[in-house]
Amino acid sequence: MPKYTLNIRRFSPETGKPAYFETFDVEMEGHRPVLDAILEARADQDGSIGIRCSCQAAICGSCGVRINGNPALACNTLLRDAVATAEDGVTIDIEPMGNMPVIKDLIVDMDAVHWKKVDRVVPWLVPAGDPPEREYVVPHEAMVDVTQTMACIHCGVCVSDCLSMEADPEFIGPAASAKAYRFVGDPRDSATKDRLVHLANDPSGIYDCTHCFKCVEVCPKGVAPMNQIMRLRRRATGDYKIKDHNNGYRHEKAFVNIIEKWGTLHEAKLLPDSYGEGILGKATPDAQKNLIGSLPTALRGLASGKVTIPKVLHHHKIPDIDKVQDIYKKVEGRPERIELNLYIVGEDADALEEEGASEVTPIAATAPAEEGAS
Amino acid sequence: MTVGIISKIHPVRSHSNAAQGGINAALNPDDSWESHAFDTVKGSDYLGDQNAIEIMCREAPDEILHLEHLGVTFHRNDQGLLGTRAFGGASAARTYYVADITGQAILHVLYEQMLKYSDQIDRYEEWFTVDITTDDDGRCSGAIMRNIRDGSLEVFKAKTVILATGGSGQIYKPTTNALVCTADGQAMAYRAGASLMDMEMIQYHPTTLLGNGLLITEGARGEGAHLYNALGERFMEKDAPNKMELASRDVVSRAEQTEINEGRGFPDGSVHLDVTVVPKKRIHEALREIVMVGRDFAGIDITKEPIPVKPGQHYIMGGVKTDVDGQTDIPGLYAAGEVACVSVHGGNRLGANSLLDTLIFGKRSGVHAAGVAKQRNMPDVPATRLDQVRDEIDERINRAPGTGRRVSEVKAELGAIMDAKVAVYRDEAGLQEALEVVRRLKEEAKTATIDDKGTVFNQDVLGSIELGYMTDIAETIVLGAIERKESRGAQFRTDYPERNDEEWLKHIDIKLVDGEPKIEYSPVTITQWQPQARTY
Ligand SMILES: Cc1cc2nc3c(=O)[nH]c(=O)nc-3n(C[C@H](O)[C@H](O)[C@H](O)COP(=O)(O)OP(=O)(O)OC[C@H]3O[C@@H](n4cnc5c(N)ncnc54)[C@H](O)[C@@H]3O)c2cc1C
Ligand code: SF4
Ligand code: SF4
Ligand code: FES
Repeated sequence: MPKYTLNIRRFSPETGKPAYFETFDVEMEGHRPVLDAILEARADQDGSIGIRCSCQAAICGSCGVRINGNPALACNTLLRDAVATAEDGVTIDIEPMGNMPVIKDLIVDMDAVHWKKVDRVVPWLVPAGDPPEREYVVPHEAMVDVTQTMACIHCGVCVSDCLSMEADPEFIGPAASAKAYRFVGDPRDSATKDRLVHLANDPSGIYDCTHCFKCVEVCPKGVAPMNQIMRLRRRATGDYKIKDHNNGYRHEKAFVNIIEKWGTLHEAKLLPDSYGEGILGKATPDAQKNLIGSLPTALRGLASGKVTIPKVLHHHKIPDIDKVQDIYKKVEGRPERIELNLYIVGEDADALEEEGASEVTPIAATAPAEEGAS
Repeated sequence: MTVGIISKIHPVRSHSNAAQGGINAALNPDDSWESHAFDTVKGSDYLGDQNAIEIMCREAPDEILHLEHLGVTFHRNDQGLLGTRAFGGASAARTYYVADITGQAILHVLYEQMLKYSDQIDRYEEWFTVDITTDDDGRCSGAIMRNIRDGSLEVFKAKTVILATGGSGQIYKPTTNALVCTADGQAMAYRAGASLMDMEMIQYHPTTLLGNGLLITEGARGEGAHLYNALGERFMEKDAPNKMELASRDVVSRAEQTEINEGRGFPDGSVHLDVTVVPKKRIHEALREIVMVGRDFAGIDITKEPIPVKPGQHYIMGGVKTDVDGQTDIPGLYAAGEVACVSVHGGNRLGANSLLDTLIFGKRSGVHAAGVAKQRNMPDVPATRLDQVRDEIDERINRAPGTGRRVSEVKAELGAIMDAKVAVYRDEAGLQEALEVVRRLKEEAKTATIDDKGTVFNQDVLGSIELGYMTDIAETIVLGAIERKESRGAQFRTDYPERNDEEWLKHIDIKLVDGEPKIEYSPVTITQWQPQARTY
């Protein structure tokens, strides 16, 4: 039986001692999840290891942690995958999630951060008047669409490493934004405009996201929070002409244009394109202020390796850029707007052929995500 | 009047999340509540109380509409109306669903509503109920809770208390139930003097993932997936030629276990569930969760490969005995959901009837309990009670390591013996052996030790309390199974292989009298459906 070493960050506020790491060796098959190994260490070695967990099936959202520095659910990360990302190839580092205060060991205070943010989006349906006698009649697609965000298990994994939240702790954040889309996208809700005005005007609202892709990459449930944020922005500016003080709409347009041209996100071009040529040249005063505000973000990108110098200098088009451009043609060629929706992922090409063209959108949305993940 | 909701985990983490498949209701114009009720009665192997079943099935359509109006994103058909899928044991496709996250969607929407009304509802999230208190007249007077965050203990005086603590699956290993499903409510009610009913009726679900026991939703078979043995035979042809894979769960689980026991299973002790026959688009749209389960927990692509499955512990039909308003034997104490036994499920629960049970009888309990609370003065709970509970918890924390077995060890042994002897097939010798082991474990639990001496998030001590709950309830399960000398629903006795309506068309109740479990019988309520032979 293979042996794994768990290096767990321990902290107990009662002891008055600072946090420290403690290792536990566990013998277990590699296809078992990290959570099972932690539970085995807890059962056999030290019952005081603190971790929330319940379902062991990635559905209750309890067990968000950082594994080798990456936020994930402990119950759906297999030991063999975890060890593959270990710095020394052997020891699996397990730490509490970020952006939230630690209560004990791997347990963080989600109320203080995540749930407080969820409260900000009026997290319930606001129907217009009395309900109908039977069900609301709404399109199948609309329900499939909002079900993507309904699938959020509030695990906080996206919150843990959200770049904007690190910079602005007040930022509404990926999960709460996804929750907001769950109502904005729901045809039964009557408060769409109010919701969008609120989200757009909030200085720490939807325009505070830096498009770092982290939340899309780490979400265990395919909620793709950043995509929901982009859709909220599109609705706010496109459908309701809500003035965007933070220049996000241009940022988004720049983003879409870059993907069309390059197939992947060309981060070095994103800022100038968003804020006007020659950087400060034609930008509005508001935008200038924002550009300056964004600079640390770009620098942080550099520091974290997300925007690398080689990347800045040589940005290659992806090989199958034609496909990406085809998608754009298809999407833009349609009379009605198609929202980019990742909900139904994993279908292969032949299934798409069989079922018609409407599901081409996932490819458009996943291509940049993969780049972002690199 | 104020309402407090107490939950040992954040409410959206509750196990109702796990309900993938859906929720039943005869809402289609061409369906009828009578048909739903008959299917439920038949599914229960005639042990369900028909008055309660009638209420549940009659009220089901309005409940679905209510949930829809609150915001549950139920699947729609092409006309934008609520759409259904087929489920086991049902004569019509009447299961309403949200992809395969039905329970999660309902739970989250109900939580949204709780946030909406937060000025009227106090939430105590991550508080652990340790004890149900009763006054000198034997009425329920409240409960004692431990704040998990700081270890403090408090009395919650209450005019009425509703238990909605869910299932008890952790008594078994493996199980599809979450780690929090530890029989808390059943044990607390039992200790306070309430009767438990139908405890022997433990459902084994036909399709749990080999190895870790994760559930593969019945929705998969509802969407058309097949079961095969190692010879490539669709063996349900033998046992349920009409309903095939969609026969009642007890029937399918027994068929699988027979294949495995008689050597026609795969060498790893499984049979195969083949989802590849379902169109791909449909799999991705309706069975998304199990695509992920296959990928993340078994390393297989269920759209291309069959899934190794076997029967696994899933649900407890029995529970705290209640009437149709959720009232237990103890005035002022109510129970609803999996913790309770109304009984609508009798010997075997139909898929997608459990969420319905929780919602219908949860609501009825709430309405009744609120009515009673309005007429009552606030009871008192003597401070000595709190001290007693505090001492008891301190004693657990302070037991010196090495003086007893580890809590985790006792729990593991409990799970193994229950799964070995009190499972799909049972007999007298095996059950007696289980009783002996469980009684020993019950004693060992009283001295079992833990490591955590802290107050903040001491999950270790909660585990110790939960172990006590589970050993108490395991004993009642085994006693019920020994008592019922026939085969009905989930109880299959190889030594009494037939159903025996003459002697056993009755409920087995168990209550604690002077510290000892006492068995009583109560009649099954029959309104319009006389027992018949059960074939699918
Ligand atoms: C994998 C799986 C799939 C299922 N699929 C379906 C399906 O498709 N359709 C269907 O109808 N049914 C299904 N079921 C059954 C159904 O999900 C459950 O029976 C039902 O959700 C139970 O709901 P509940 O409200 O009784 O309990 P739960 O949802 O488990 O809630 C119990 C609550 O009690 C709290 N609690 C427990 N003990 C304490 C304590 N000591 N102190 C404080 N709080 C406490 C918990 O924190 C929790 O909030 C499924 C079950 C499983 C396991
Ligand atoms: S994309 Fe936006 S919301 Fe998502 S992690 Fe990055 S900054 Fe946060
Ligand atoms: S969006 Fe994804 S990662 Fe974020 S809380 Fe929801 S499920 Fe977790
Ligand atoms: S234990 Fe429930 S999400 Fe991991």
